[in-house]
Amino acid sequence: MKNKSQIFWLVTLRVVIGWHFLYEGVVKLANPNWSSAGYLLDSAGFLKEFFYWLASDPAMLNTVDFMNVWGLIAIGLGLILGLLTKPALWAGIILLAFYYLSHPPLVGISYGLPMEGSYLLVNKTLIELIAMIVLMYFPTGMAIGIDSLIFKRAKKI
Amino acid sequence: MEESGNKFGRREILKGLATVPVLGFFAYGWYRRQRYDSYLKKSIYQEVNLDAENPVVLRKVSKEKQIRLGIIGTGSRGRALLKGAGFLQAEIIDQWIEDASENSNDKRYEEYLDQEDLNVVLNGVCDIYDVNVEKGLNAGANVDRLPSAGVKGTRAKRYRTYQELIAADDIDAVIIATPDHWHGPMTIEAAKAGKHVYCEKPLTWTVGETYEVRKVIKENEIVFQLGHQNRQTDSYFKAQKAFEEGVLGKVNLVEVTTNRNNPIGAWVYPIDEEANENNIDWEQFIGPAPWHDFSLERFFRWRCWWDYSTGLSGDLFTHEYDAMNQILNLGIPHSAASSGGIYYYKDGRTVPDVLHQVFEYPDIDLTLMYSATLASEKDRGKIIMGHDGYMEVGNNLKIYADRGSTRYKEKIEEGVINPDIPIFSFTPGMDHVDAITSPTEAYFAGRGLLYTYRGGKRVDTTHLHIKDWLDCIRGGGEPSCGIDAAFEEAMTAHMGTIAYLEKRKVFWDKENEQII
Repeated sequence: MKNKSQIFWLVTLRVVIGWHFLYEGVVKLANPNWSSAGYLLDSAGFLKEFFYWLASDPAMLNTVDFMNVWGLIAIGLGLILGLLTKPALWAGIILLAFYYLSHPPLVGISYGLPMEGSYLLVNKTLIELIAMIVLMYFPTGMAIGIDSLIFKRAKKI
Repeated sequence: MEESGNKFGRREILKGLATVPVLGFFAYGWYRRQRYDSYLKKSIYQEVNLDAENPVVLRKVSKEKQIRLGIIGTGSRGRALLKGAGFLQAEIIDQWIEDASENSNDKRYEEYLDQEDLNVVLNGVCDIYDVNVEKGLNAGANVDRLPSAGVKGTRAKRYRTYQELIAADDIDAVIIATPDHWHGPMTIEAAKAGKHVYCEKPLTWTVGETYEVRKVIKENEIVFQLGHQNRQTDSYFKAQKAFEEGVLGKVNLVEVTTNRNNPIGAWVYPIDEEANENNIDWEQFIGPAPWHDFSLERFFRWRCWWDYSTGLSGDLFTHEYDAMNQILNLGIPHSAASSGGIYYYKDGRTVPDVLHQVFEYPDIDLTLMYSATLASEKDRGKIIMGHDGYMEVGNNLKIYADRGSTRYKEKIEEGVINPDIPIFSFTPGMDHVDAITSPTEAYFAGRGLLYTYRGGKRVDTTHLHIKDWLDCIRGGGEPSCGIDAAFEEAMTAHMGTIAYLEKRKVFWDKENEQII
């Protein structure tokens, strides 16, 4: 990553994805009535039983809600600040994979919850997920981000 | 640049923290957004002086004195009323426990155990079908709400005739859940004997007996409750408050509907295999109705014949009417027109399966329209339309500003109010995930006929309605659907039926209290 424009745009990509995660997390945190139950129960695809099961028990649902909200916030902060960028990316990819698999845009499946576009197999969740995989191969946190201060000695890019 | 030890060069630090300002920008954006949202909310709340708090204040009445109940009619509705009073057959509890073990969202047994103990005892059961009697007696004996394996209390006495049950010394109050043609005569008999009455809707089968029912209830000063359990639904209280606050502006049109599309919804109930002439007292079933030879179909599906039923107007319109009477305080209309026919269920029934009724209220400049079909489930809701806004009423309540509103004109222009988004919505027990099963149950639930919420818990409205009646027996006061509301309900429904049968517009002579 020698080219400054490449770094600039990759960092920008990381920051806007982080912003998106952070905002999704903060919005849910600010809404006392928010719960993932409706989303989970709207699931389809081959993993739907798993998502129904997550929503079936109040204690489990509370855990899912808590992990989701704080996971989103932590990932968002990590990506924006370039702090523990790699673990944040990993966590984000896993989370997005869950979202994608719970509501896969397959032929012949429709959802109760509104979607803001038209999709066939590929939706914005998948695109965001793949963008994060791309970022895994470019450790931008070491260029612009707190990681560069923490792991400075370990490796130089 | 220095790159050794713990020291960082200025350049490194800048690179390391370059994105930190993004957080400041995020925080500012969040603050702006929150401020805008709260401005919108505040502006709307200034207009719509309502909050999302639960509107019901629970009444505290001492339950020290036990009330001794008798029930006439222990068919499915009668047994639902017994459940509301705290008596449920063990077999049903067994089933619920089994269902809950497979689906942890199924909280029916849990909720039933939570249902308040009303300190009542069931001393008498009367039904003309032996199988129903047995079920009623079993329910009444299950005082501890246990599954089959549990210990039972004593069984109530079986009465062969309702007259004997009403005359019993150890019965203070009577629940009536029989076919429509028996509501009037039984209520009259019970009131004359000084027994309090909870009667299923509609109040009466004929116009004539309606006056007599009201007269004896008032003369004997008994506590009477008509079985419109919608009176206990949170969102209806909220709707009433919104209407009184003038949120909707002047209301000129109210549209209520019935939209069903399954045999049970169309009253084609299953016929028990074990039922026959020997375990049904057919003569008592007929009672005031015209004679007809024994017929299992007529016995189980009596709602399909005028001989025992009040048709759509008495059976389903009354739910809608009473809800509107509760919210808007309508009273008896000035006139009624009606049309419809038997268009889908050509199964020998005499009551229509498609029906439309238009009721005029010129005194308050309002039309009440009812449209029903038993052969389409397209939900057309219950809508109260005002000049400034309209309201969709169900278990949830949604109020929208009208695009042409005078009152909200400025706010709509400013963009504070969006006519496509409710300016007020009320969803009782929102956090709850329900496990309501069949389409007919969902239909009833949406109409506030199955459940409502108290203190965040789902409660059976029938239970609350019975509790309201018992509270008035113990502590005085008028039940929420007392005899005056019941009289209005019956007369309005009869006007609709007469208009349909006689193919003419009928009028209410207010002074003489006559349908003309």
